[in-house]
Amino acid sequence: MALNYDQAVAKYEPTLGLEVHVELNTKSKMFCGCATEFGASPNTQTCPICLGLPGALPVVNAKAIESSILIGLALNCSIAPFSRFARKNYFYPDMPKNFQTSQYDEPICVNGYLDVEIETDEGPRQFRVEIERVHMEEDTGKSLHVGGATGRIHGADYSLLDYNRAGIPLVEIVTKIVGGTGKYAPQVARAYVTELREILRSLGVSDVKMEQGSMRCDVNLSLAPVGSNELGTRSETKNVNSLRSVERAVIGEVIRQSNRLEAGERIVQETRHFQEESGQTRSGRSKEQAEDYRYFPEPDLVPVAPATQWIEELRASLPEKPSTRRKRLQELWNVPAKEMEAMVNAELLDVVEETIGLGSEPTRARSWWLGEVSRLANEREVGPTFLITPAQVAEVIALIESGELTDKLARQVVEGVVGGEGTPREVIDKRGLKVVSDDGALMVAIEAAILAQPDTAERVRGGNLPAAGALIGAVMKATGGQADAAKVRELLLKHLGQG
Amino acid sequence: MSDVTIHSTAAQMSEALIAGSTTSVALTNAHFAQIEAVEPAVHAFLHLDKDGALSQAAEVDAKRARGEKLAPLAGVPLALKDVLAQQGVPTTAGSKMLEGWRPPYDATVVKKLKDAGVVILGKTNMDEFAMGSSTENSAYGNTHNPWDLTRIPGGSGGGSAAALAAFQAPLAIGTDTGGSIRQPAAVTGTVGVKPTYGGVSRYGLIAFSSSLDQAGPCARTVLDTALLHEAIAGYDQMDSTSINAPVPQVVAAAKKLDIKGLKIGVVKELLGEGFQAGVRQRFEEALEELVKAGAQIVEVSCPNFDYGLAAYYLIAPSEASSNLARFDSMRYGIRIGDDGTRSAAEVMSLTRHEGFGAEVKRRIILGTYALSSGYYDAYYGSAQKVRTLVKRDFDAAFANVDVLVSPTCPTTAFKLGENTDDPLAMYLNDIATIPVNLAGIGGMSLPCGLAPEDGLPVGFQIMSPGMRDDLMYQVGGTLEAALVSKWGHTLLSQAPALAGN
Repeated sequence: MALNYDQAVAKYEPTLGLEVHVELNTKSKMFCGCATEFGASPNTQTCPICLGLPGALPVVNAKAIESSILIGLALNCSIAPFSRFARKNYFYPDMPKNFQTSQYDEPICVNGYLDVEIETDEGPRQFRVEIERVHMEEDTGKSLHVGGATGRIHGADYSLLDYNRAGIPLVEIVTKIVGGTGKYAPQVARAYVTELREILRSLGVSDVKMEQGSMRCDVNLSLAPVGSNELGTRSETKNVNSLRSVERAVIGEVIRQSNRLEAGERIVQETRHFQEESGQTRSGRSKEQAEDYRYFPEPDLVPVAPATQWIEELRASLPEKPSTRRKRLQELWNVPAKEMEAMVNAELLDVVEETIGLGSEPTRARSWWLGEVSRLANEREVGPTFLITPAQVAEVIALIESGELTDKLARQVVEGVVGGEGTPREVIDKRGLKVVSDDGALMVAIEAAILAQPDTAERVRGGNLPAAGALIGAVMKATGGQADAAKVRELLLKHLGQG
Repeated sequence: MSDVTIHSTAAQMSEALIAGSTTSVALTNAHFAQIEAVEPAVHAFLHLDKDGALSQAAEVDAKRARGEKLAPLAGVPLALKDVLAQQGVPTTAGSKMLEGWRPPYDATVVKKLKDAGVVILGKTNMDEFAMGSSTENSAYGNTHNPWDLTRIPGGSGGGSAAALAAFQAPLAIGTDTGGSIRQPAAVTGTVGVKPTYGGVSRYGLIAFSSSLDQAGPCARTVLDTALLHEAIAGYDQMDSTSINAPVPQVVAAAKKLDIKGLKIGVVKELLGEGFQAGVRQRFEEALEELVKAGAQIVEVSCPNFDYGLAAYYLIAPSEASSNLARFDSMRYGIRIGDDGTRSAAEVMSLTRHEGFGAEVKRRIILGTYALSSGYYDAYYGSAQKVRTLVKRDFDAAFANVDVLVSPTCPTTAFKLGENTDDPLAMYLNDIATIPVNLAGIGGMSLPCGLAPEDGLPVGFQIMSPGMRDDLMYQVGGTLEAALVSKWGHTLLSQAPALAGN
């Protein structure tokens, strides 16, 4: 009988290790002036330096150093007064120099931690994830294997190389081993990556888009029998490209490894690839025989020695911690934790806060962004913030609150703004979306409706109030939906002696 | 100065150009005529850029005619070592690997030369990727020493030195990782300077060993070398290891002709066993001239220099094994075996097998081994410690003396083929030049006579503290003047007919 997850964690204690690669959002690459924009035509963002042409030399991007120090400070790390780059030597066609300029034994930030909170059977519980190091390196190019069935290098007809990504600054954040999580390992892993993403976003140092690869996570996992003091052999799962996948990868590996152990097999030290469809991992490169990267200090670069004063200035400039901010806003707006989480996950906290700051009522601001705006954004497959500004949403909400727009009309206004028809005011004018609040105009429509449906009007007069619905509907239709239905009802009933 | 010829100095050519008694086009044509005449015998060049050179010369002449203010060396021709990237001009580093490669960019040194109006005649021959002491490791044939065509012109910059000695160019650029400027200068009777590491930008210099490589000036006189030094030196933000400080005033120093009161240290360890008798004799005679000029000579011991060669042959190959990894046929250079059936790894392997010569492969293997896990501490790590000790030896010596001196090489030029089967004998040629690279300081070689036993040039090496390159020019200029006055002629005027008489 194969073990399921609950059976597995009853018998085996998981130990985690998480390595997160983050592409910094600097304007230029790590060691040259090339642009870093995502999605440019292949090999258009390259130069002699990032192509590794003979004779070219690297120069460190100061902004990337600053971003790395900010990350280290936000993760409670010590910033090394002296750190160095090293060369990691190995051959691969998408590596222009056939060595990666990275940091090895002298990283820029060491010994930090990040506290995360998860829901357990006994209520909320905090876990401390210790950070071993934060170091800088450069990204490689991309290979595209054409032909063959799998899209992998084996069996391909030919391969295309794109060096636009080569030299993009990367920061790698490596945890120490995370133990003592028991069955909550998947949640702790997810909470850590989630919180890390929030921190990086708050620092403004990366786009942290897991689906675009600007944030990538490797999950190391080993199992040991519950109560044992030894660590088992670990696997390293790559290609984990969403928060949900982080959680699923841990679950998948716990189940796979526990069943191997149950069957008396050993765990092979190897990299594994996460399969998005199945939630399982596929065997990759064996790490049993450690590859020799022949690291040595990069002679083309001078050591990185940030001044203490600069570090302190950066420390003073750190933004409010995302967890602190969430707590503060949750209390301020008086919203349930679930709603808060929804805003965070939708990456809408900033715009909702800004909209509320412009005078909107918190519940309305939240529901417009998470509701209508998000729906339109999904249809168009773009981010909500590309479609409409917080100021425009706040304006629409203000018009609802003043009675100038109904919810229904407001949806049309938002649709117009999103469609590029102009500001909310301009959309209202162009589409003629004003609420008909003129009693005289409404009375004309009401009288017309009564004339058209005399029997219905008679029933209302006789006290059959639900019958008024048909008359109200006719009025709304006659005014093109621009009347306030409540107002119509009030005037109609009064006119028929029921007000 | 209406009668400048290819035998004139660069300084004289510069004066004549300024005076209007000659034109850059005329000078350039005269040098191409000499190249045509002697190149079949010397083979100093891998590529001649006659069109580019003449167009630069015409541009300089036109600017001068308009009365524009030009740099001192504007219009003077120069030979460029093929290890520096020059936009659009074939650049091979002496390797088959880069056959046909035309760089899309200029090295900083090349850019500075162009900006100064210097006329680049072509690219000179060299040991493949600057690995060698005889230019015999070039993939494109031997260069011959103009003093004796059966002998080596030194290396790796044999092409640049031979071009100067054969009057094919008055100026040349070399690069020096363990002596590749100074040793060729010594064996061809010319002058060569390795500036302080970081004094001249390495951007665009195809790397052999990044922490040791340094481009520098080569010429036939100390003053010409100084003029070229000032044209190419200075901080470059494209090279992180370049020094952000004013360029030492080497031209003024070369003109000073006064060394009264200077203290000169003779390095005991660089004059012992293995040094040819005639080399020692001419070296000691030169010391007498320095004493006559008012300098004080003292003996200095640098005990760790004995380990310098061994440390060098671990550090340089280690860095080279990594620097040369990029030559994989994917982006530039030759590609072997890409017939649609082989994998990228197989094509890389075949290309590297065909594209690299034996000496380059030897050093890649050495370096790969020295950096390997388990051997790193014993080899690369120990070598770095020796490097620190060599630096300390220099620091201690310079606390007591202004400059240090030694013969540039243990012997005069050896015969072509004499050492090709004995890498260790070849490596020993650099014993006196290597410590300067390990310490990152400046070193100069200038001629101090012909060895009595073979009639071949002997080089005199002057070593100065970091960023005090002016001191070696001051001593070199003074010694050169004293020797020329003693001989009654320049050394090169004694060279065989080929060189110019």
